[in-house]
Amino acid sequence: MTTDALRATRAARERLVWLAGLALGVLVLPWHNSVPSGASPFIPSALGLAADGRGWLWPLVLVLPLLVWTGMRDAAGRVFLTLAVGGFVLLVAQGFAVGLRGPSIDWMAGVFPASMQGQTGFGWGGFVSGAALLGLIAHALALRGFCRGDRFAGSAIVFIVALLGLFVFFPILKLALAAFVGPDGELAFAPFLARLFAPEIWRLDCLTGGRRCGVVINSLVLGLLAATICTTLGLALALIVSRTSFRFKQTLRALSILPIITPPFVVGVAIIVLFGRTGLITVWGAELFDIRPTRWVYGLTGILMAQVLAFTPITFLVLLGTVEAVNPTLEEASQTLGAGPVKTFFKITWPLLRPGIAAAFLLAFIESLADFGNPIVLGGGYEVLSTRIFFAVVGARYDLGNAATLAMILLSLTLIAFWLQQRWLGKKSYVTVTGKSDAGLASTLPFGLRGVAWAAVIPFVLFTLGVYAVVLIGGFVHDIGRWDLTPTFAHLRTAFAFEIGAEGLEFYGSAWNSMQTTLLVSAIAAPLTTLVGIMTAWLVARQDFAGKNAFEFGTMLSFAIPGTVVGVSYVAAFNVPPVDITGTAAILVICFVFRNMPVGMRAGLAAFAQIDRSMEEASQTMGAGGAATLRRVVLPLVKPAVFTALVYSFVTAMTAVSAVIFLVSARHNMATAYIMGRVEAGEYALAITYSTVLMIVMIVCIVLIQLLVGARKLGRRREFQGQTTPAE
Amino acid sequence: MTDEIAIEFAEVTKRYGTAVAVDNISFSIAKGEMVTFLGPSGCGKTTSLRLIAGLELPTTGVVRIAGRDVSQRAASERNVGMVFQSYALFPHMNVLENVAYGPVIRGEAKATARARAHEILEQIGLAGLSARLPSELSGGQQQRVAVARAIVQQPDVLLFDEPLSNVDAKLRRKVRGEIRDLQKRFGLTAVYVTHDQEEALAVSDRIVVMQAGRIAQIGSPRDLYERPASPFVADFIGDANLISGQVSGGRFRAADLDLPMQGNEGAAQISLRPERIALSPGSGSPSGKVLSCTYLGSRWEYEIETGFAELLASRPMTEPPIAPGTDVSLTIPDNAPIRVA
Repeated sequence: MTTDALRATRAARERLVWLAGLALGVLVLPWHNSVPSGASPFIPSALGLAADGRGWLWPLVLVLPLLVWTGMRDAAGRVFLTLAVGGFVLLVAQGFAVGLRGPSIDWMAGVFPASMQGQTGFGWGGFVSGAALLGLIAHALALRGFCRGDRFAGSAIVFIVALLGLFVFFPILKLALAAFVGPDGELAFAPFLARLFAPEIWRLDCLTGGRRCGVVINSLVLGLLAATICTTLGLALALIVSRTSFRFKQTLRALSILPIITPPFVVGVAIIVLFGRTGLITVWGAELFDIRPTRWVYGLTGILMAQVLAFTPITFLVLLGTVEAVNPTLEEASQTLGAGPVKTFFKITWPLLRPGIAAAFLLAFIESLADFGNPIVLGGGYEVLSTRIFFAVVGARYDLGNAATLAMILLSLTLIAFWLQQRWLGKKSYVTVTGKSDAGLASTLPFGLRGVAWAAVIPFVLFTLGVYAVVLIGGFVHDIGRWDLTPTFAHLRTAFAFEIGAEGLEFYGSAWNSMQTTLLVSAIAAPLTTLVGIMTAWLVARQDFAGKNAFEFGTMLSFAIPGTVVGVSYVAAFNVPPVDITGTAAILVICFVFRNMPVGMRAGLAAFAQIDRSMEEASQTMGAGGAATLRRVVLPLVKPAVFTALVYSFVTAMTAVSAVIFLVSARHNMATAYIMGRVEAGEYALAITYSTVLMIVMIVCIVLIQLLVGARKLGRRREFQGQTTPAE
Repeated sequence: MTDEIAIEFAEVTKRYGTAVAVDNISFSIAKGEMVTFLGPSGCGKTTSLRLIAGLELPTTGVVRIAGRDVSQRAASERNVGMVFQSYALFPHMNVLENVAYGPVIRGEAKATARARAHEILEQIGLAGLSARLPSELSGGQQQRVAVARAIVQQPDVLLFDEPLSNVDAKLRRKVRGEIRDLQKRFGLTAVYVTHDQEEALAVSDRIVVMQAGRIAQIGSPRDLYERPASPFVADFIGDANLISGQVSGGRFRAADLDLPMQGNEGAAQISLRPERIALSPGSGSPSGKVLSCTYLGSRWEYEIETGFAELLASRPMTEPPIAPGTDVSLTIPDNAPIRVA
């Protein structure tokens, strides 16, 4: 077949698929997730409902024949594109125009009396039609030269933008609106201002003694302290690893992933077991030194301890990168010019490290602000934004308006930090390592500084060892809290008992339910996250299209939104039509996909930077469209990035708590939520046991993923060495 | 070569934001012709090539391949073959899989595709390497695989993006000869991008010299060398001495230089090739003084100070060298100077 004919048939076939999808969505599939009250259509599709008096659906139904007609004549024309865009706008508009309890626009009731009965959220019909219309928009755009005419890339962009819009920006927008909603459901400034300037948010009483400070002040104090300590420790560790003759560099690097696979709460619980009022060290201190046991660990101190443990590895990795990026020849140059090691460190090395230090500090600050698990376990009376938001939605005094206001404050703080971080990294990155090989060895740390670094690191290491010892042992002894170290599997049995009886395998343990949901949701979310992340990276790295900068910024932004804010924004957005999906397992998956997607994207971007772009262009000139190129050329070459993204998204889904805690339901409970319940009930041993099991499961899964993705990579290792990239 | 038009650009412009990469250019390439885009970096030659491939789409204007308007058509929907600067062989596929990629993608049965790939590899003399990975080939072999991969589907046009820049300097002459042979043997229409003027002169039927996104001149290699249309072309193709002066009464005059010259009266600029200037020690008109004399193996190269310009002259090894500081008289044949402005 000639290229021309092939091209024409392929395009026509794709168009046919989208149009068929639209026909299915509009004519056959149920438009809503349940038939709205008062409606009795012959078929619950948009067509049926429109014929049943719900006339606001007619324009949407009529777009279909118009699209078919123009599509046959001139699919590259402006009319076809306008119709597709118009159809999509109509679909969204009708979804919002009529809510569950009636029309949200007054004149609708007059024109369409049936709208008074309200409508339920989108069902399969609505979603399939929406997807088909987006597909047709992308198709029409590509025929008009969008994305250099590549229909696959064009659709990918349109769909990812639509998904980001629906699952990242729409919820945030809804949340922002919710902050302005008054007690009677009206939009107004007054209630927002009242909430925004409430004394329990901003007061500074703790400085003058007496009462507690406001929740924002608490969060900021915690964030700044945690960031300072984590950065200091991270820097000390990085300097010891790269600038002394320390031998366990690889071990330390490997161990730094521990916090990532550590479920939330377990560190908090271990700290309570060690330092709580009846904690091991507390009791020991009381016996030896006669220190009166108190609840000192609950509050700022305890949260700080847990956060330092959790976030120091992150700052360590960032700073290790920075320290290793300092070109040794610069230090050697300084020394040949007559500066001693100490002077060289402070005049040359330190200024080069500063941007990295700033970045690590802001990263730790953002993490601390977003942290939910540690404050809720160890906070005591010390409330921070994330916990206050949680209690405003989940607690007895449900107040979405208040939660929304607090969430907006938290979001603003995070975004400011994120913006500062981007600025620091963007303008002041002194990466002094180039592609050229540098002679020279990194100078070692001056003697005095080495002492300071070790002095900071040793207590931290001991503390970490203690905490993980408690975690490792705690689940399998009778009662670690009272130092009763009799080995037992009682806790494990409570959680994961099963029996192979007459009716086959039966699970009795109380944790099975949440474990199954967690594994299932994570196993579905991980590949989807990877797919969306790598696809987005591919679009950003390889495609040129209008609005690309905004697109890239938007995806990165979604990473900066704290989990608590995401959770509460999903509650605000997806509890009501047109997209009401709370209480389903789908919302858990969606939440993970869009929260973790930026990590896949970053891994992908790093991988694409290493791959000669002309290989993809070669594939295109040989007749492969975007999809075939991606599958046959790109994916085999970015396997390591795929692995990273898969593992990270799987592990994060297994251990995430801040966002899902708002989204779990009795039917779909997650492991972390279950553990939180156990912690609240004081069943520490059970919580620790479950956490240990989770960590083991995760390690097993990582190994499995490695085998799945990595086995193929090993067989082709040689090719990566001989990559055909230009010499210059 | 027939007169049938294989590629046509009609008022094609490509902008990136406000930057104009290709500025309203028009030309056509006949079927079976080998045309080179030549120019300094940033002149728009690679963008023009990518516009033919479909890797860029024009902002305005029309691109036609084999008579069809392909302006808004993706690369995958045109029938072009392209040899990339880096060869862009797929490192995870062996030679045969690389060459069979195109036919497989275009829907041929795997066996047919492989047979076709094998046939081409045989014609190019690479049949023995089918099972090798690209990383196991020498640079020259990789280059040939890239060519085989590009021609296996009998493309309407074969595109080369600086294909020799990764080839050893010594091998270049051989490889460019192979490319030219192949193009003639298969009767392919080919477009070739390079910044190396010698390469362009050696392989092309015609050369398109580009400057700042526009076409400076189109012509055969000999046309361009012997009849450059502008100072830029004269200077870019080979070495040229550009001399400004006045034309009046059928003579071009600048200081003591006085040459016959037809055309418009008034200010003018001529181009004088270094090898067309003969030197002899002593005084005369026009006169000059040797500033430097450099041994270049195949010739002597002189810098000469004169009343009208500092000239570059090149003399064969067979002449005795003239020491710096010597006064010389210059002899310039009447047909040597080319008026360029």
